[in-house]
Amino acid sequence: MWENKPLKTLFAAPLLFLAACGGVTQPKTEAMARLPVAHVDPATAGSIAGRVVFQGEAPAMPEIDMSSNPQCERQHHTPQKAETVVVNKNGTLRNVFIWIKAGLPPARWTPPAQAAMLDQKGCVYEPHVLGIVQGQQLEILNDDPINHNVHAECQTNPPWNESQAPRAEHKFKQFDAPEVMFPVTCSVHPWMRSYIAVSPHPFFAVTGDNGAFTLNGVPPGTYTIEAVHEKYGRKEGSVTLAPNGSVTIDFTYGS
Amino acid sequence: MAVKGEYNPGLYRWSVLLAFCTLLLVVAGGLVTSRDAGLSVPDWPLSYGKLMPPMEGGILYEHGHRMVATTVGLLTIVSMIWLFRADSRKWLRWLGVVALLAVIVQGVLGGLTVLLLLPWWISTSHACLAQLFFSTTVAIALFTSEWWLRGPAVLDEDPRYPIRGLSLAAPVCVLVQLALGAAARHKAIGTIYHIAWAPVVTAVILWISLRILLHYAHNRELRIASLALLGIVFCQVFLGIGAYMSRIAYADAVQPMPAMVALTVLHVAVGALTMAASVALAILVRRNLTSPVRDFAAPRVAAIT
Repeated sequence: MWENKPLKTLFAAPLLFLAACGGVTQPKTEAMARLPVAHVDPATAGSIAGRVVFQGEAPAMPEIDMSSNPQCERQHHTPQKAETVVVNKNGTLRNVFIWIKAGLPPARWTPPAQAAMLDQKGCVYEPHVLGIVQGQQLEILNDDPINHNVHAECQTNPPWNESQAPRAEHKFKQFDAPEVMFPVTCSVHPWMRSYIAVSPHPFFAVTGDNGAFTLNGVPPGTYTIEAVHEKYGRKEGSVTLAPNGSVTIDFTYGS
Repeated sequence: MAVKGEYNPGLYRWSVLLAFCTLLLVVAGGLVTSRDAGLSVPDWPLSYGKLMPPMEGGILYEHGHRMVATTVGLLTIVSMIWLFRADSRKWLRWLGVVALLAVIVQGVLGGLTVLLLLPWWISTSHACLAQLFFSTTVAIALFTSEWWLRGPAVLDEDPRYPIRGLSLAAPVCVLVQLALGAAARHKAIGTIYHIAWAPVVTAVILWISLRILLHYAHNRELRIASLALLGIVFCQVFLGIGAYMSRIAYADAVQPMPAMVALTVLHVAVGALTMAASVALAILVRRNLTSPVRDFAAPRVAAIT
């Protein structure tokens, strides 16, 4: 029977799939563990700052129809709008993940002891875009009076999908491989969508209501800075940071 | 026990009920995919560790699908037992066993696709087996009908317009189309393949149906089956166009959009009807038309009556 190649393939396919799901990040994690621990000299560290500008007419975001779940709808006084493209009043773009993509010496960065937090409140994820250091804990809350499922649609890290009961104990998760960035969704409430970016180091930011970002404590060097937006994609720029210096870089997206 | 040629109204009605519930199950499954609710219940076979979770949001669709599936499973078990107890046709009893095995495999595929986070090849297999299972239930309903048991009005196939072999092309082409559609829905391939194959499958069905209507229309069974298939395909083509246009129109909207869901799910359901109608037509063609070249075809035909 096992001489039969198609049959072998048929039985092996699920096992290979499971192996791929569970073990894909293992070699990367081991290689990372062999790297020296990163150290930044505060005397020479500088900062990289900038803004993400939006050119053109801001697209109107559709309202989210929560009528299928009145318990979600009741938690909002005004209709919620999709957060796919949020243009600030000053013409900048919110929810853009900015990080140093390349240029840092190979090193293992110690993740922050404090967990990054993702909340489910009013059937909306808060924050919409979340940056997290590889190996840092992710704490997931459900502040809603209803069930949610949390589906991390990772490609590099192992994906997972778990339910979270109303006001249940917080969930703690960890991502061991860099991955910028992947959606987190809830299939109970299909409009719920947030994005997580797992960075190998702590030099990242997410633009807020002024569209600005600052990466502090960066060692001097020449870096590739990348901006990532869920709809408009990726843009790159290069900066050279002098010892104890500061440098600016702006990104421009448009409709 | 009923013997060959005896009509059992209870068994027939049960078979029709099974086929109808299976069509509802296809609709329920289509709703799960269209509403992106496939992972709203992360566990299986229980739902949130219970037999009956709170039916809110996507859980309503996913757990509702599981409930309809359980009902269809139970109906299929009864159907198989009934066939064994009340019908003397061995091949039909075995078709009942095949249906039960198919519904079990289908349930396991449904569970696996949830536990493995919707891998496209399991989700697509689940969708294709659903269509095949529905066709099987329709075939069982056909075989247990009084109409079938009255026997065929056998004709000789006109060698200038062969149709016996050609009639098998329709279900094969439809199955390919259903697989392409399912693979596109589960994001394994682009919708373009499903769109590109649509004219081929439509042309094959038109060719077969028109040949029957032009050359074998005096056979009532074949005439009705061809017209039914043509009518279903006509609706299906427009539903397909509508589903695709709604997808473009609502590309930037917060999903799921009700109009898009309705058109897509109807397209899936009528796809299942297309498959079942093409299978039924192929069965009827091979039953009602004998091949003039092969005189020994007649006893083979008689064997499945």
